[in-house]
Amino acid sequence: MSRTAWLACTCLVGLAVAGAQHARANTVLHGLFMAQAGYSEADVRKMTDAYTKLHPDVTVDLEFVPYESLHDKIVLSKGSSHGYDVVLFDVIWPAEFAKKHILMDVTSRVSPAINDGLEPGSWTTVTYQDKRYGLPWLVDSKFLFYNKAIMAKAGITEVPTTWPDVIKDAKIIKDKGILQYPLVWSWSQAEAMICDYTVLMSAYNGSFLTADGAPAFQTGGGLDALNFMVATMKDGTTNPHSTEYLEEDVRRVFSAGQAAFALNWSYMWSLAQYNAKESKVTGQVGVEVSPGVPGRSKISSVNGAMGLGIPTSSTNADAAWDYITYLTSQPVEDAYTADAIPSWKASFQDPKLMDGDEGPMARAMEQAEGQLFPRPFVPNYQQFSAALQQNIQQALLGKVTPKAALQAAADSINGD
Amino acid sequence: MLGRRTLLLLLPLGLGLLAVIGWPLVQTVWLSFTDAQLGDATGNFVGLANYAHALRSHGFRHALQVTLTFSLSTVIIEMILGLLIGLLLDLPLRGRNILRGLLLIPWALPTVINAMAWRVIYNPDFGALNALLTQTGIIGAYRSWLGEPGVALTAIAAADIWKTFPFVALITLAGLQNVPRELKEAALIDGANAWGRFRAVILPAIITPLTIAAVLRIIDTIKVFDIIWIMTRGGPANATKSLSIMVYEQAFSFGNAGYGAAIALLSVAISVVLIGGYMRVSRAQPATA
Repeated sequence: MSRTAWLACTCLVGLAVAGAQHARANTVLHGLFMAQAGYSEADVRKMTDAYTKLHPDVTVDLEFVPYESLHDKIVLSKGSSHGYDVVLFDVIWPAEFAKKHILMDVTSRVSPAINDGLEPGSWTTVTYQDKRYGLPWLVDSKFLFYNKAIMAKAGITEVPTTWPDVIKDAKIIKDKGILQYPLVWSWSQAEAMICDYTVLMSAYNGSFLTADGAPAFQTGGGLDALNFMVATMKDGTTNPHSTEYLEEDVRRVFSAGQAAFALNWSYMWSLAQYNAKESKVTGQVGVEVSPGVPGRSKISSVNGAMGLGIPTSSTNADAAWDYITYLTSQPVEDAYTADAIPSWKASFQDPKLMDGDEGPMARAMEQAEGQLFPRPFVPNYQQFSAALQQNIQQALLGKVTPKAALQAAADSINGD
Repeated sequence: MLGRRTLLLLLPLGLGLLAVIGWPLVQTVWLSFTDAQLGDATGNFVGLANYAHALRSHGFRHALQVTLTFSLSTVIIEMILGLLIGLLLDLPLRGRNILRGLLLIPWALPTVINAMAWRVIYNPDFGALNALLTQTGIIGAYRSWLGEPGVALTAIAAADIWKTFPFVALITLAGLQNVPRELKEAALIDGANAWGRFRAVILPAIITPLTIAAVLRIIDTIKVFDIIWIMTRGGPANATKSLSIMVYEQAFSFGNAGYGAAIALLSVAISVVLIGGYMRVSRAQPATA
């Protein structure tokens, strides 16, 4: 072979190697996350930085949106040729996303170690019709937070274990003039309100749907739950501004010492209890699993978990799966317990978690995790929820009776 | 008659407009006659069913009522306030130029920033409005401005008026620069009072720019979305749900692309009717003046 031919071959091989390296170095993942409760934006960036240090051939572009925009962003990205590779999705969306082929079925990718290691209840977050559409992340419920100092001032010595007891204690606090409105909720016209309603529905042992999929919330426990909500508005134990509040508003009001009881996600624990910049009630906060109603339930809950999945439009499914398994791995989740309680069984055996600062929150989570009450797994969940939100607010604002409101929601869902 | 060369020069612009406006519009019209779902381009032809469904639906009629209430109230108040401030700033006041500059600030703010600022002002726990009204004894206790159905739309309208009346004021000011000084002086010598001078000299000179401002504002307010979305997302209890919020909800949240397109086109039709009506009235105005 001539010198020229050798030179040409060497150049070609060099170019091929460089090209291959360039292609690997150019694996860019686009991730869509939530800029709200749970793992903060800073947390996700830190986790991602750690991942890309381990995988220098991968770059991850992160985008953070409010929860209220997350669903629509995921749906709209379906038609995009440069959409997302990893998306955070809510427990209520897998049915819709499966029906519309928005998320990949990842059942075959889930290893036995992951399958057995995660809390069994957490799998409901990502499962629809026995197929898995991602890995659970941010397993959560709404919990009862209380202010120990306010309770002590009112002479209340025991933490209420039923919803009627919560109201009884709230009335004592109100009657003694300690707080004008002892209870605060996120009852804005948003999904947050449906989560609070779900907790109360589970307390009253109600259900959203009948066995054949028709609305069932307008009777029984569903109606009792709304009656309870309206009654607390009328008797002045609930802060009337709750109809304008989302979870962050609840946290601010509770952390300012303006509420004795609040229902919120687990992320509020460390911010209210330990973060003096964010809270005026540090060291005074208690948390318990949401209570039940005598004769109906012992505890109450809502499945507020989220999952990480791969959109069908992703061209980097393998790399995306690798990134997802890293973010949801036990070591990573265990390192960020201040923002979210891990989903792994083994984490709940770890004294560092159970006896540490997050212990009270983790113990409440452990109690709830076995029986997270689901919102309906229906493909048209967005319409279902919107109909409920609009009509429940009508009842909370005193425009219609709870019965009429829920019947109107049921009629709307039935298409009448 | 346009020459061939002119037509040739206009061709790229025409093609560009067809591509970015004409084609999406045709697609939207077609979509409105189908039951297409978001992400599924193939929908079945359903004729006028989407339009009939919208016109029969309580939700659409409610959103239409909210939109018209918002549009008419904000446009009327903005026009009156803008006109008065424009006339005021045309007077030889001290610091007039500074005031004219300050007037631009609300108008220059992005709507998102304006909406977020007013959310803070209206906050039921620490909002400036509650503080002001309680400290001056106008209200007894802090209240929820965006959480009460009877008040929320008015609160959003006030935020929108604050941002947009400067636009009308500036248009008025620009129009006033065209009024010949001799005409004003002649009217003064003839003994015309302030109202007479305004009606006979000033109004005819500014009616055209004011009409343009009103038409632009009607178009803007009929399609209002961002300020409502940020302040209330259509709540409480749908009290602030405008047609555009309904279009977004149907098309993107619920995935009913065909139905969403039909509502969008109905809102365009309403804009056209309102603008047409306003143009007729305003064309008649100079003749009677």
